[in-house]
This record gives sequence, C-alpha cells and structure tokens, in this order.
Amino acid sequence: MARHFDIRSQPGFPLIALFTFAMLYLPIVTLVVYAFNASDSVSQWGGFSLRWFADAWDNSAVQDAALRSIIIALCAATIATIAATMAAIATTRTAPYRGLGVKYAFINTPLMVPEIVTAVALLIVFSRIKVWTGYSGLGYLIIAHTAFCIPFAYLPIRARLESMDSTLERAAADLYATPWMAFRRVTLPLLRPGIIAGFMLAFVISLDDVVITEFVKSGGQDTLPTYMLGQIRRAVTPEINAIATAFLALSVILVTAFFFINRRKT
Amino acid sequence: MPDPSLARDQRVAIEARGIVKEFGQGPTALRALDNVSVTIRENEFFTLLGPSGCGKTTLLRMIAGFEYPSEGAILLYGEDIAGLPPFKRPINTVFQSYALFPHLTVRENIAFGLEMLGRPKAEITSRVAAMLKLVRMEELAERRTDQISGGQAQRVALARALAPSPKVLLLDEPLSALDYKLRKEMQIELKRMQSETGITFVFVTHDQEEALTMSDRIAVMSKGKVLQIGSPWDIYDKPADRFVADFIGETNFLVASVIATGSNMVRVRLATGAEIDATVTEGWQPTGEVTVAVRPEHARAVASGGHIAGMVENVVYFGTDTHIHVRLDGATGFMVRQQNSRSQSCGFAVGDRIGIDIAADAAQVLRD
Repeated sequence: MARHFDIRSQPGFPLIALFTFAMLYLPIVTLVVYAFNASDSVSQWGGFSLRWFADAWDNSAVQDAALRSIIIALCAATIATIAATMAAIATTRTAPYRGLGVKYAFINTPLMVPEIVTAVALLIVFSRIKVWTGYSGLGYLIIAHTAFCIPFAYLPIRARLESMDSTLERAAADLYATPWMAFRRVTLPLLRPGIIAGFMLAFVISLDDVVITEFVKSGGQDTLPTYMLGQIRRAVTPEINAIATAFLALSVILVTAFFFINRRKT
Repeated sequence: MPDPSLARDQRVAIEARGIVKEFGQGPTALRALDNVSVTIRENEFFTLLGPSGCGKTTLLRMIAGFEYPSEGAILLYGEDIAGLPPFKRPINTVFQSYALFPHLTVRENIAFGLEMLGRPKAEITSRVAAMLKLVRMEELAERRTDQISGGQAQRVALARALAPSPKVLLLDEPLSALDYKLRKEMQIELKRMQSETGITFVFVTHDQEEALTMSDRIAVMSKGKVLQIGSPWDIYDKPADRFVADFIGETNFLVASVIATGSNMVRVRLATGAEIDATVTEGWQPTGEVTVAVRPEHARAVASGGHIAGMVENVVYFGTDTHIHVRLDGATGFMVRQQNSRSQSCGFAVGDRIGIDIAADAAQVLRD
C-alpha cells in the first residue's frame, strides 16, 4: 500500500532529481578538475598538474588574503557564538511572554534583510566613524562579519536548547547549584554540540562573504573571496580554480569534523 | 483546617499555611491551589494523593522552590522559606523523569550536590560510596546514565537526592515509570531507606494503593484543595466525604433517609425499607436524604434475606477473592467482595436473585 505513495514512483521524479543534482554538482566538479589543469586555460585541458596550487601557495597576495579571511572569520565567529549563546538562553529559558516572538524576529532579521542593504548601511556608518577616529584596521570587517554571523550561530544553539530537558537545570538548582554553576556544570556541557555547530556555521559564512566585505573593506584589506573576485575581473587562470578547490576542501573538512565530534558525544 | 491526626509531641518539618497559587491573571486565572494548609512531621512518610490536576505537584514544586505561592507561607522548621530559591533550600527532589545528568557518570551524578555545597573531597568520596551502597549500585558507579536500566536510574536519582542529607526529600511520582514488579520492590526499598536515613519524605502519587501501603499519613487532594489528612487507616475507613471514599479503594453508595440521630451515629432507612445504623463524622448532624457508603468487603452475599436484594450481574474471580456485581432492585449497582477458599466457589451464578447483608458498623454517611 505504502508503495503507491512512495515519491520515487511518481512519473518524472527521477529525472528531476537527476537534473537538480547535475546543476548543483557538475559546475563544482568541473571547477575542481580544471584546478589540476597543466595549461593556462580554464576550459582547455592540458594534462594533470599541481602547478596552480603551487602558484597560489607562493602568491603573497593570496597568502595575505587567506590569512586575513581566517583572522576575520575566527574573531567574528567567536564573538557571534558568544552573543548567540546568550541570546539563545535568554529566549528559551524564560517563561513565554508577550513580545518573545518579536525578539525571535529581531534576532533573525539579518537573515532576511538583503545583504546589499546591510552592506551600504555599514559602509555609511563606518565611513563616519573612520573620519572621527582615524582608525581603519580590520575591526570594521570583524564587527560587520560578527553582525551577520549572529543569526547563523543562534539557530543551532537555540535548537539544541529547545530539545534539552529543562528539568536537568532544575535538578542542578535543587542540588544547590547557583544559576551560574548550573549553567557551567550542566547547561554548557550539554550545549557544546550546538555551540560547536553554531561556531562552524558562523565561521564558514564569514569565510565565504563577498558583498559586505567588498563594501566595508579599506584599501589593501582583501579577503580571499574579494581577492578572487578582483582576479576574475582581470585575467582568469586556473589559479582561481585551485584557490576555490582549497576553499572547498577546507569547508568539507570542517563539516565532516563537526559530524564526527557530534556523533561521538551523543 | 485543624488537623486531628497531628500529635502534639512531634517536631514539625514542613508547614504550608494558607497556600494559594494562581496561574495567569484576571478572569482567566487558574487557581491551582486554593487555601491549602498541610503540616508534615519530622521523619514522616507523608503522601500527597490525588488525581492529575489536583495541585499535588504544584504544592511539591513550591516546597522545592520551583514555584512561588501567590499567597501563604511555607515553613521549614519554623522558618519561612517561600521566597528562597531552590539552591538555598536544604530540600532535595527525586524527579518523575529522574533528570539524571547525561554527561556525568553515576558516581558524578551522586556527588553533584555535595560538590555544589563545597564539601571537602574526602567527605564527598566517602559519602558517595555510602550512597552507592545504600542503593546497591556500587558495581555500576562508573557507568554513564544512558547505560543503566530504568530501575537503576531510579536508584541513582534517589542516591543523588539523599547524598547531601537534606532535611526533607521530595518524591514526584518516582515509581510511575516502572513496571509492576519493580514498583512493588521499590516501594519496600523506599520505606527501608526512609527508616535508615531518618529523613522526612514527601511523596506525590495518584496511585491510592501506593499511598496506602507506604505512607504514615496521607493528604487527599482534589481541585486545588486538601479534602482530608490522616493515616491510611483513617482515610480508608473514615473518609471525610464522597470524593475521598470514591477515590480511595472501591465503595458502594446507597441512597437512604435519616430516621433517627444519635451521637456520631444515625439510623437510616434504605430504599428497600431495611433499617441500618451508619456512622457520621464528628460534629455533623445529617438529616433527610443522605448517601451511605459501604466497602465491598464489609458486605456479604446471602442466598435469602439480607438488608437489600438484587440480581447477580457478574462474578469476577481475582484469585484471593471474588467480586460479585449485583444490580439492586432500585437499579443501582452494588459490589460484594468475598474471600475465596480452596474447597468451594462463591456459590452464586449470574442471574441468581440474592440478598446482601451489611455488617454492623460497615455503613457510613458521607458528605457530598
């Protein structure tokens, strides 16, 4: 009986699925394959080579951009995760009250506001602050990234808190744990997988950002994505493919690592 | 409400005075507890008994500190603790879901309260060892809590709550998740632990049998009110009103009219015209039409005669005894419980016309 309702028996379903997967993955596969191209072209195969990886590795502009990306992502993800953890506790560990829905919406708005709007707004505010303070370091980028990372870090942490039995915290309080000790000894250890997930999501989102970075950065503050964008505007070589491939590998490693950390714990 | 079951010479551990708890506000407010007063003695096994939604768990949570009363006071050895947070009360709880910390081992769970109190390491080690022994969990001390069975989790929860030597232990339906046999074992186990530790136990349950077999005293609650407080014997044999009689054990209700009144006793006429004596709670003079309660084991089925008569509707064999369901001539049902003997059956079959003999002193007039 259930077979009739199996989605796989719907006509055309396998075809649509196949088409979707092809659209998603064929470009990525092509990009990765041409990263190993020996020739100078991104479309003409000239044999296998690692020269573009070597070129990218030795390129000081790439090195600078990569280092900057990682510094910004680490700082932004850390601050965003702390803020998101506090926000998640504040919104799940209180009795429901009027206005809580508004708060959820408020925390998650950055997900819905078009990035370009945030980018322009930040550009205007920061340029003012730059004039007043004369400071033009990485701080602006870190603040900007933190801002749009918070909702991404918030979601998995809140999900984890909501699925966690709040009786455990009550039991801790019953056993003489002050609210702070109950948090440190019970809530935080149980929340760890959610916090790690939130951090990694925020880290990857920050690493990946182009639009806001492009608007907010000062001269000479290219991150890896904005550097790649700049390169493509000039001449496209498989070096871009190599950088993108390395990026992809890093993301895959992070996600896989998280998967295993999470599985071991629960 | 005066509490006649309370002896004068015993120390009072917990006293709840005029507790009112309202959830919500205005006309939609829900009154979970309505002027509840309970006095719990030191070293007592005290049970809050009632159907779900009667307010027993709310009262327990208030003693624990998870809920604050809208009105009234909660005294612990004479000191008002109603405003104290749970971590400042020398009271521990065994939760219905056990609420063991899943990231800690059995040993770490039991040590948690002592660590939070900042007790010295050596004391914690020896106290935890003693607790593991008390609940017979020494061998599983290093297990994670998801690697033990429900009955074992129950013991750990008990040990964890007893480890800091609380002045009062609260138990929130702790046996409800266990199967029948394990529950019987744990009932005995709990009594043993209470007498070994000498701690005051406050036990919440909706299971009247559990309440009768374990408690020193029981408070029967319904709809946010305490209906009766007394020993299991008081509650069963001298129920204060119809709800208590109906909730505790099985009871037959008969309509009767009062024809003469004495002290704590009235003579009533049943629908059949038969007259019997019935006891009355102290200080009450019922008149006119009343409800009379008779426990099934205090009535006897007879082939002819008896105070009332009817037709056997069903005979149910229970091993130790037999329940004979009779449809009375006035159309109400009546149940007789008869002890079984090995040599002969109860002797009545469905469809038989029989009489029912009500033992002297068995009937009681109840307030509605």
